[in-house]
Amino acid sequence: MRATVLVRPKAGILDPQGDAVEHSLRKLGFDVSGVRVGRVVDLEVEADDEDTARAQIEKMCHELLANPLIESFEVRFGES
Amino acid sequence: MSTRPQVSIVRFLGSNDDHDAAWALGSVGAEPAFVWHEDAELPPSTGAVVLPGGFSYGDYLRTGAMASLAPAMAAVRRFAEAGGPVLGICNGFQILCEARLLPGVLRPNRQLEFVCEDAMVEVENARTIFTRRCAPGQQLVIPIKHGEGAWYADHGTYVQLAARGQIVLRYAEDVNGSFANVAGVVNAAGNVMGLMPHPEHAVDPLLGSADGGLLLAALVDAAAEHALAVA
Repeated sequence: MRATVLVRPKAGILDPQGDAVEHSLRKLGFDVSGVRVGRVVDLEVEADDEDTARAQIEKMCHELLANPLIESFEVRFGES
Repeated sequence: MSTRPQVSIVRFLGSNDDHDAAWALGSVGAEPAFVWHEDAELPPSTGAVVLPGGFSYGDYLRTGAMASLAPAMAAVRRFAEAGGPVLGICNGFQILCEARLLPGVLRPNRQLEFVCEDAMVEVENARTIFTRRCAPGQQLVIPIKHGEGAWYADHGTYVQLAARGQIVLRYAEDVNGSFANVAGVVNAAGNVMGLMPHPEHAVDPLLGSADGGLLLAALVDAAAEHALAVA
């Protein structure tokens, strides 16, 4: 089963990368604010249903893909 | 048989201060030994462990995240749980935080620039096994060189750590956006420490400062004591 994990800097956590990107976008003339930069992990797991897959992926997030001190994650199915 | 206390230095793919650490530890009386990241055990005569600086696994995912899962780190965890002294320098600090052997996490510098300069660091807790050769409040000149050295913990955690004396070193001024200028922390048991500054680059006055030698010599003392305690 194919899934996508979105890892984001938690709300309230300083994101210097997002700030730098926002700064550059403004230099290009875009009226933009609140830019945050995260990470996308596409993966495939052996699972019969989404609940089983989700449980496996959440374990992966807790153990490696995200650091709970500073990052939140979201698991999505059915995206290319 | 060597009478010098053995300090084991774990080398990961991408470690690059391993030889500097070995040389510096040797200069303050240790017998350095290298351990490969795939080794499942530390040498039996290990009195202390150093996780050196570098860019293990290319800093993939998050700095220290991949290295924290290496087989050698399971051995380091057992060593630490048995009371063995462990010092993580720079990438080693990042690895210890990702392994959750130390509180907090190291994040990209606020200025998003790699900093490479001498830093003034103050000893906040001189009672740890790592800082007992220093005086409380002593200012040390030790180089920093990192892109992701901003230590972070939530405010509640920070307050607890500070109250327990676990904030060991602070920068005298803001160098990277580190929370409350924290430069080094120790675990609750007092035997695992991490710091972003590089004491192994400050053991000879000819190179600008010998202040790092105070921390490394204290680690060698601790290595000798631990080796005696488990003998």
